[in-house]
Amino acid sequence: MLVSVLNGFAIGFLLFILAVGLSLVFGMMDVLNLAHGALFLGGAYLGAALAGSWGGFLAALAVAAVAGLAAGALLSLMTEPLRNRSHLDQALLTLGVAFVAAEALIIVFGDDPLSVPAPPGLDGSVTVLGATYPTYRLVLIGVGAVLAIVVHVVVERTRIGALVRATVADREMVAALGVDNRLVKVVVFGVGSLLATTAGVLGGPIYGARPGLDATVLILALVVVVIGGLGSVRGALLGALIIGQVDTLGRLLLPELASFVLFAALALVLVLRPQGILGGAGARAR
Amino acid sequence: MTAVQTRIPVADAPAEPNRLRRGLPRIVAVAVVLVLAAAPLFLAPFATTTLTRIVVFALFAVSLDLLVGITGLPSLGHAAYFGAGAYAAGWVSINVTAEAPVPLLVGAATGAVAAALTGWITVRTGGVFFLMLTLAIGETVQQLANTWEDATGGANGLTGVPSVRLAGEPLVNAGYLYWYVLAIGVVGFALVWLVARSPWGAALRGIRDNEPRMRALGYPTAVYKYAVFVLAGSVAGVAGSLLVAQQRLVTPADLSFLTSSFALLAVVIGGAGSLWGACLGAAVVVLVRETLGASLDGHGPLVLGLVFVLVVYLLPRGAAGLRWPRRDKGRST
Repeated sequence: MLVSVLNGFAIGFLLFILAVGLSLVFGMMDVLNLAHGALFLGGAYLGAALAGSWGGFLAALAVAAVAGLAAGALLSLMTEPLRNRSHLDQALLTLGVAFVAAEALIIVFGDDPLSVPAPPGLDGSVTVLGATYPTYRLVLIGVGAVLAIVVHVVVERTRIGALVRATVADREMVAALGVDNRLVKVVVFGVGSLLATTAGVLGGPIYGARPGLDATVLILALVVVVIGGLGSVRGALLGALIIGQVDTLGRLLLPELASFVLFAALALVLVLRPQGILGGAGARAR
Repeated sequence: MTAVQTRIPVADAPAEPNRLRRGLPRIVAVAVVLVLAAAPLFLAPFATTTLTRIVVFALFAVSLDLLVGITGLPSLGHAAYFGAGAYAAGWVSINVTAEAPVPLLVGAATGAVAAALTGWITVRTGGVFFLMLTLAIGETVQQLANTWEDATGGANGLTGVPSVRLAGEPLVNAGYLYWYVLAIGVVGFALVWLVARSPWGAALRGIRDNEPRMRALGYPTAVYKYAVFVLAGSVAGVAGSLLVAQQRLVTPADLSFLTSSFALLAVVIGGAGSLWGACLGAAVVVLVRETLGASLDGHGPLVLGLVFVLVVYLLPRGAAGLRWPRRDKGRST
């Protein structure tokens, strides 16, 4: 039971790192980035290729961060001409990019599932209140919590964060105040994608790297974002922690129906609060 | 007064060409159906099988177009109902009977029930939430197909489905099977077409263009959307039963996200909202997949992804029928 709760936290923080980018990009720019899962998968394959030693693991993180930033900027530029088109067009474009990216990764790394080793020293397990637990996951909880706090502070307490939140609330008004929306968009898209690829490297030792993982994590991230409320950092955190627990508990208690437990949670939230737990009224109007 | 009087002849003048223009599509439609019906007499069995797959996929794409193009509900998980219908039809064919209307009706009922169970939650939302929810539902159903091995055969799929029987005779011949699929496909298409033309269809277009206004006019938009969602699921279930009649095998890939995307691609290529366009798009998608898929060593999604990107940039009119509720963002809803 304790192991399951800890697993829930580990996956919850991982999901937060993944979902917060998706949430902000959508909240700010109305772009539903369906390539988000492919970014995660890219990070996971990078981890599989480079990890094994501390140097390799850190190198994978660094490469993933740079690649994520670049990919996010590219995606931002690609969606720019579609700014005034429908959500469907943007979804189709990012979907196409996701297919191409995932297939390219399969061509490079092969069809077989790859496992990603945890860095040396973290690949053992420790005893927590009488239960043995993998060290890496404990560290992941810590890292995830720190990242969550950093993202929260940046978005909620700094000038840049204020700009981001203002853009989420009213894009046209921010533009009228003389801020270049496109620059804000490129930066947020880039950072969101950076977080996704980083989550891929960090999640490698848990999920491994395999074809189809991109769709799985994309669904989890979408569920998190819908439950938490689009465009809200706190919502993404709350949603991620809830889904982390629900998913691991579901897999433990009802392994056959785990995906239905997830869907039931989603349905419940949408029936009770269609705009998400922490989504404002504005999020619903979109 | 004079203004009115001068306007009347102007309105009446194009009536004659209009009747011609209305008559022409009917002639073309009849001609197309006749050519399609005669096709197996001239084609090799393999080509007939490909044509069968096109008809199956076209019916599926038309059911999706009813949602995406007519009602403005962009579904990313429509293959869930297609696959559910296919699995149910296959299961019934194996375990109960493969006698003609039974797998068909079971497929339709399963698609409708699956859509009714999931639709009550999806139609509460719109726009991007609808995209996300249908995507999540599609993935959930696929995972169910993968894990519920007793009924679905798990990852191997449902194998050994017997041929459909018509009046006791199994339809083994590719040509007979094609006629069976074509007959059902034409009936299904006609059903969707009649719905799209009916007052209900007009109301659905109104919902697509401006849902708050339709609600203000007194239309129960949620009921309309729910009904069309169930109907689209049912037609997709029929298409699924035709799929299993053709390939006599159902795998989780048939209700995967990829299948949904293929159908969406067919709709977008043809121009959302145009049912004929969806059929043409389906033909293009199936032909490209069958001819390029083999030479690309199973990397079909790569081509699909590139086509998506190209279509979005180069064929914006293809999706021109879509209007989104976001244009009335400023109003309070």
